[in-house]
Amino acid sequence: MEPNTRKITSLRVEHITKRFPGVLACNDIALSVAEGEVLALVGENGAGKTTLMNILMGLYRPDEGRILINGEEVVFRSPNDAFAAGLGMVHQQYMLVANMTVLENIALGFTQAWSPLKLNLDMVRARIDEVAAKYGLAVDPDAFVWQLSVGEQQRVELVKTLCLGARFLILDEPTSALTPQETDELILLLKRMTSELSIVFISHKLHEVKNLSDKVTILRHGSVVFEGSTADHSSGDIAALMTGREIHLPRNEAPTCEGNPALEIRGLKIRSDRGFLAVDGLDLSVCAGEIVGLAGVSGNGQRELAEAINGLRKVEGGEILLFGQELANRSPRAVIDAGMGYIPEERNTEGIVPSFSMKENFILKDADEAQFSARSFLRLKEIDRNAEALRTEFDIRSPDTKVAAGSLSGGNIQKVILAREISRKPRFLIAVYPTRGLDMGAAEFIHKRLLEKRLEGIGILLISEELEEILDLSDRVAVIFKGRIIDTLDRRSADSRKIGILMAGVHNDEAV
Amino acid sequence: MDFVVSIFALGIPFSVALLLASLGEMFNQRAGVFNLGCEGIMAMGAFLGMLVPYSVGQGGPVSGAYNILGLLLAMGIGALLGLFFGLVVVTFRAPQGIAGIGLQMFGVGAAGTLFRHFVGGTQSIPGIDRLPIPVLSEIPVLGPVLFSHNPLVYMTFLMVPAAWYVLFKTPWGLRVRASGTNPRAADSIGVKVNLVRFQALAVGGALAGLAGAYLSLCQVKMFSDEIIAGRGFIAVALVYFGHWRPLKIMGGALLFSLAQALQLAIQGQGIDFPYEFAVMLPYAMVIVVLAFSRESLLLGPTALGKPFNREMRT
Repeated sequence: MEPNTRKITSLRVEHITKRFPGVLACNDIALSVAEGEVLALVGENGAGKTTLMNILMGLYRPDEGRILINGEEVVFRSPNDAFAAGLGMVHQQYMLVANMTVLENIALGFTQAWSPLKLNLDMVRARIDEVAAKYGLAVDPDAFVWQLSVGEQQRVELVKTLCLGARFLILDEPTSALTPQETDELILLLKRMTSELSIVFISHKLHEVKNLSDKVTILRHGSVVFEGSTADHSSGDIAALMTGREIHLPRNEAPTCEGNPALEIRGLKIRSDRGFLAVDGLDLSVCAGEIVGLAGVSGNGQRELAEAINGLRKVEGGEILLFGQELANRSPRAVIDAGMGYIPEERNTEGIVPSFSMKENFILKDADEAQFSARSFLRLKEIDRNAEALRTEFDIRSPDTKVAAGSLSGGNIQKVILAREISRKPRFLIAVYPTRGLDMGAAEFIHKRLLEKRLEGIGILLISEELEEILDLSDRVAVIFKGRIIDTLDRRSADSRKIGILMAGVHNDEAV
Repeated sequence: MDFVVSIFALGIPFSVALLLASLGEMFNQRAGVFNLGCEGIMAMGAFLGMLVPYSVGQGGPVSGAYNILGLLLAMGIGALLGLFFGLVVVTFRAPQGIAGIGLQMFGVGAAGTLFRHFVGGTQSIPGIDRLPIPVLSEIPVLGPVLFSHNPLVYMTFLMVPAAWYVLFKTPWGLRVRASGTNPRAADSIGVKVNLVRFQALAVGGALAGLAGAYLSLCQVKMFSDEIIAGRGFIAVALVYFGHWRPLKIMGGALLFSLAQALQLAIQGQGIDFPYEFAVMLPYAMVIVVLAFSRESLLLGPTALGKPFNREMRT
């Protein structure tokens, strides 16, 4: 295919409709982007944003509707057609092959460097250097992707897209895994790029929308509910239009409590799957009735810490005390019986059994208790009653409690897990990325519940990358870096800038 | 010394069928398809490989051209069976393990039935002879170990670096690796994942077919129902053992074959050792080595065994 290098002066989509089995993902959507413009596409999970962008990139075929570039209709049968037209997309889940080098990942799409028996990697390398110099985007072409941090991987994605000749960029939640510093850098970079490119970006984060975009289009349930200029509307207006109601993320307003230590961790050492010490001499304490936010870029030992506390990973050294009771290297059952509640990182694979019904997932930890079984038979009526009560209380949207838990949306799955963990009346709760990928409505609900538990005197360890979440909920903020707590800040003295610097591994004293 | 030389001289040709089949399986798996039907493809290759030279050569010497035709036919049926497997597991997305067992049963059964129909009984064929390389084969020790083999032996060992080059240095190899590791990423950048998988299955099938024909034409010089004797499954195991890398796979194939040569030598020398255990040795070794070789998840095809469906939302 002849790559044409004409500028994209306008891109319009009209009447795009796409159905998946049982779901109308996009319903008669129209949008347009002019040269050098930045369009923010916002909406809750499942609003159809990603589907629409995948249609633009030729990954999905629309059932109805058309795409026009510079006024001419184009039909994309595959991503190759979209590349040839000058479109490029950075997906939310990075589309990189982990066991190949950066160079090879880019060569995979750089067909000019292909001949049947030889791959001209020098040509790819030259192209990378050219793009890197032009946009100030340095990448190491010979690094393997699995060696790179999330931020670096995203830079590779951008370089890849630009190397392949994109003159129109689509970014799907580009900042969802970045530190605040990386986010700021990215926004500056994108602003510089708008002199040459048009950009569509999808985001949940309204301050980024305000900061970067010229126009905003809001999708709800697959339809456009609003479009307009960003400057004319406040973040609050946009949030309300997104969800169809006002959203108030709750904040931890209560005074810091002076409870007894509930969870105490001293000198903890844990190995990662790859054998190195992911947690290396970690000390942390959480009082009863206190929320401690553990901030950090993912991959700094958070997963290992949460797993070790819950008996899912071997502890190499140190101690974990829950109300004075040693939990290190105990079985998960023993940890549960000690009163630990756990909202795991991977909600679909660790939090629920996806093929089990919702009501079965509610009793996973208590199937042996007298409440739910008698003489080794399940008490089905009691299980049904429990499930109905929880479904109502936690506002879980599903036809009934017999549906497979895995078929629910992310927000509803998280509510199932939360309902199970909270209704068991734990003495302590560990919540790992509890709102990752959830829209604001679901996040609001979960935050409210966590704050309620805090007021009831439960200690909570909140592990998150979302600084706003941590600042909204925590009494104290501990920052984890390379398996240690680099500093602990009181909520009154913590702000996102300070935490962001600590998350990058720079101690406060040095940053001044 | 002679004992050691004889083990190597015997073990190296033994490794060829395994090596060919596992190089083929490596391409399948690198592209993300787990083909447990290797054994069946080898059986069909073994039968078709000997059919032409046998039919033509009854009562007289067979010219080399018919042997080569036999090899090509074996590769052809292998590629066809590979593509058929692709239809089942790539296009129709059937579970690969089960479909592979089906292909294995079909291949072994069909080869045996066709053999009884067209040939019947135990018939040996002249097959392809050894081709000692002039001068080099005269070198003591190295000569008999390395340079006194069947032409297919030399060719197969040359295919190890060739397979490495194809996999790591050509655009097709790049597409194969990407399709087996992150098909979604490959797709997003314009690689036709399912097409690549079909291509890899054809290549893998052709190599498995050739491996079978090597057994019937070069190693055993006849066909029987048990000719493959589980080598197809060993080949699959060797791919894991070799972490999807040609050189390591060759190491595994040699290790297994040398163990087999050793056990034959032990029996042949009349050493007082229960032969049942000697026969078990290579197989037991594969199990032990597999149990202790840690899978390097970061380097292997992580999408192995998973059908690719672009519009499937995860």
